[in-house]
Amino acid sequence: MPGHFEPIPGGGAAVALDDVEISIIRSLAVQLLELIGPGPAEDASADPLAELFAEGPSEPPSDPVLRRLFPDAYTDPEVTPGPREEEERRAHSAEFRRFTENDLRAGKRENALAVVRSLDALVAEGDSVAVLKLSPAESQQWLRTLNDLRLAIGSRLDITDEDDTDLLYRLPDEDPRKPMVMAYLWLGGLQETLVTTLMG
Amino acid sequence: MGSVTSPAPLEIERTESAEEVFAVPEPDVPWVTIVHNDPVNLMSYVTYVFQAYFGYSKDKATKLMLDVHHKGRAVVSSGTREEMERDVQAMHGYGLWATLQQDRK
Repeated sequence: MPGHFEPIPGGGAAVALDDVEISIIRSLAVQLLELIGPGPAEDASADPLAELFAEGPSEPPSDPVLRRLFPDAYTDPEVTPGPREEEERRAHSAEFRRFTENDLRAGKRENALAVVRSLDALVAEGDSVAVLKLSPAESQQWLRTLNDLRLAIGSRLDITDEDDTDLLYRLPDEDPRKPMVMAYLWLGGLQETLVTTLMG
Repeated sequence: MGSVTSPAPLEIERTESAEEVFAVPEPDVPWVTIVHNDPVNLMSYVTYVFQAYFGYSKDKATKLMLDVHHKGRAVVSSGTREEMERDVQAMHGYGLWATLQQDRK
């Protein structure tokens, strides 16, 4: 059961987590929140309507993790366009980004916050091994956040094809990437078992 | 209720069945959503997303996931440009790498 989600009768999922596991997930989720950044709401805008109509950025983020989380919508990675098409795709991607990225960031932020909150509620129980119980809605938020965390770590570890993943399993213990790789693989197991509970 | 007349045909008496509604062919508009391969996303997760978001059967979702995995990409939906932008945004919400383009077949 440790590290494995199991379905709860009637919907939802449960997993047993110890103190170390709780602090690892919490710390990674907080780092993800810091990376995604505060929403327009925290930019001290006095006018809630202005916030509602605030446009997002038009340029791709400079951080590779954020570029992976918020990719260009009109740029096919396998096609090298001509100069005119290139310009058109860039313009369309920029427009898409202006109208979607704030919402996408808000969604990812809410999911990661939900993960942190459910872990904090656990710690309050004061057991060394706690059983985290998720409602069906919370399962969805956890599922997406686990995926975002793996995308973030995968990007930092420079995992770009399947061979890279195979190499990770054979890293020597003294490799400085080892702790991050262990976390990556462990989160993969958590996500895999959580998906299974949802597929029924 | 015989004294009450109904000058216009009642909307609810149309006999369109649910099957007929779903059988309407996809609008012939040349935009598609493409999901690209990513070594991080789990195969089970990608299959789940195709089922949960598009409502595809497990078989269809699995086939699309395998196309993404082996061919590097799969067309997962088609429709108007606005619909495809909605699908791409949803895929990005799930963390899948998706783009849209006009289908120049």
